[in-house]
Amino acid sequence: METKLGNIVLKNPVIPASGTCGFGLEMSGWMDMNRLGAIAIKGTTREARYGNPQPRIAECGATGMLNAVGLQNPGVDEVIAKEWPALRAVYQGPIIANVSGFSIDDYTYTCRRIDQETDAAIIEVNISCPNVHNGGMAFGTTPEAAAEVTRAVKAVTAKPVFMKLSPNVTDISAIARASVNAGADGLCLINTVLGMRIDIRRRKPVLANRYGGYSGPGIFPIALRMVNQVSKACPGTPVIGCGGITTAEDVIEMMMAGASAVEIGAANLTNPQACTQIIDRLPQLMDELHIDHLQNIIGIA
Amino acid sequence: MKQSKWTIVSNTRIACRTYLMQLQGDTSAIRPGQFVEIEVPGCYLRRPISVCNIEGDILTIIYKVVGQGTAQMAQMPKGEELDILSGLGNGYDLTKAGQEVLLIGGGVGVPPLVFAAKRLREAGKSVRVVMGFNTADEVFAEKELMALGCRVDVCTMDGSYGTKGVVTDMISTPAPYYYACGPLPMLRAVTEQIGTNGQISMEERMGCGVGICVGCSIETKQGIKRVCVEGPVFDAEDLKI
Repeated sequence: METKLGNIVLKNPVIPASGTCGFGLEMSGWMDMNRLGAIAIKGTTREARYGNPQPRIAECGATGMLNAVGLQNPGVDEVIAKEWPALRAVYQGPIIANVSGFSIDDYTYTCRRIDQETDAAIIEVNISCPNVHNGGMAFGTTPEAAAEVTRAVKAVTAKPVFMKLSPNVTDISAIARASVNAGADGLCLINTVLGMRIDIRRRKPVLANRYGGYSGPGIFPIALRMVNQVSKACPGTPVIGCGGITTAEDVIEMMMAGASAVEIGAANLTNPQACTQIIDRLPQLMDELHIDHLQNIIGIA
Repeated sequence: MKQSKWTIVSNTRIACRTYLMQLQGDTSAIRPGQFVEIEVPGCYLRRPISVCNIEGDILTIIYKVVGQGTAQMAQMPKGEELDILSGLGNGYDLTKAGQEVLLIGGGVGVPPLVFAAKRLREAGKSVRVVMGFNTADEVFAEKELMALGCRVDVCTMDGSYGTKGVVTDMISTPAPYYYACGPLPMLRAVTEQIGTNGQISMEERMGCGVGICVGCSIETKQGIKRVCVEGPVFDAEDLKI
């Protein structure tokens, strides 16, 4: 089940996605965290944030949900001082620090702090949050802005930098290429798809933020297509595939599309043991499909 | 905190759009004021429902049909198996109650108070329950609470059952330490007119119910709190409602 993200070896490809596993501590009540390939902790910003007003969750039938949390987090100081050691007490594997910001200066400040004061294996730079204004996704919707953030972050850290890309763009390959040309060590995609629900009785949007990010099995085909496009556009660059993955079958499919590892997102919210159940099932499924090593199937489709 | 399979023992309508479901399963370590997250086939997210009672290996919940998920629950037959996360949330701190205790419930905010009433009566407390509904056909749990030895006062908005009016009309101050659960306008009226000497059970749209998505966070005087983990029960004085 082993796989690699650049030089980093993961014992399996399963990573709970940022925003769907908190800072790990709550999840540790449901599973042995050390079974995970890695963990991508909650998006961290320079200052503490409450996020958007309530309600910020809306269901989408059987296929997924919208969230408009808006990057609630205690800020980088507290993440380093409290959340990191608390996670380290229950988990010794690779930590992917997810960083978000509202300016280039925000991104570099937070990345420098993570670089200098933590043992993060990878810094995942979120340029794709659809739920904050004047930031987040604004940096992920043009190749120029994506490249600018990538260059700035690469200048302040020696750790591998993975850019987390938005699906809410016309040509994700162009943004992926711009990020890689600017020095990105890897890519992670997709973040949530911008969506909306309306309460037809109240005649108003369900979410106070009006729009939110759609996640869950409904976005899996979109994620698969984009991972395939990006992995072909950026050969040699490791891609973490993310978006609607729910089963071990989905993991294999995503890796065949071009992902070197996967992030499990919304599935954790409906089943807090989703990641370990997928890890339990993977070896048996690999046998069924005559897969000796996962690394042999990356991008094979 | 546990993920396990439960079997429906009964599922009956007890009031207007209100159902009582009994489930058999592992009830260990479920406390009053906590909730469960029920997986409903065809719905992506689980449904958070407060715990109304535990008796041996039987869990009782009372839920109102408010959307697709609860509508589907109302159709579930006896014998059906459900995947449930149980023992979620902090629950009431019943040790703060004095000898006289007041329980204030509105609509489907009443069920968790039934469980609290049971434990408080077992502890020998004198319990008064004041509960409000919109109309007579919505009223439930009155007999059960009286059977526990509680003094029960019911009011309805339209006067079709009990006293006409709202719960705060029936409570004089200074009131004893209270536990309250109900719609936000009721909770606001309680804190404004009765004071903040009590605990309030909050509700919010949840993603996971286990603290990992932070979808249900609220701002309190003690900082940002997740209703699903640091709540659903909060000291009334800490809430900004």
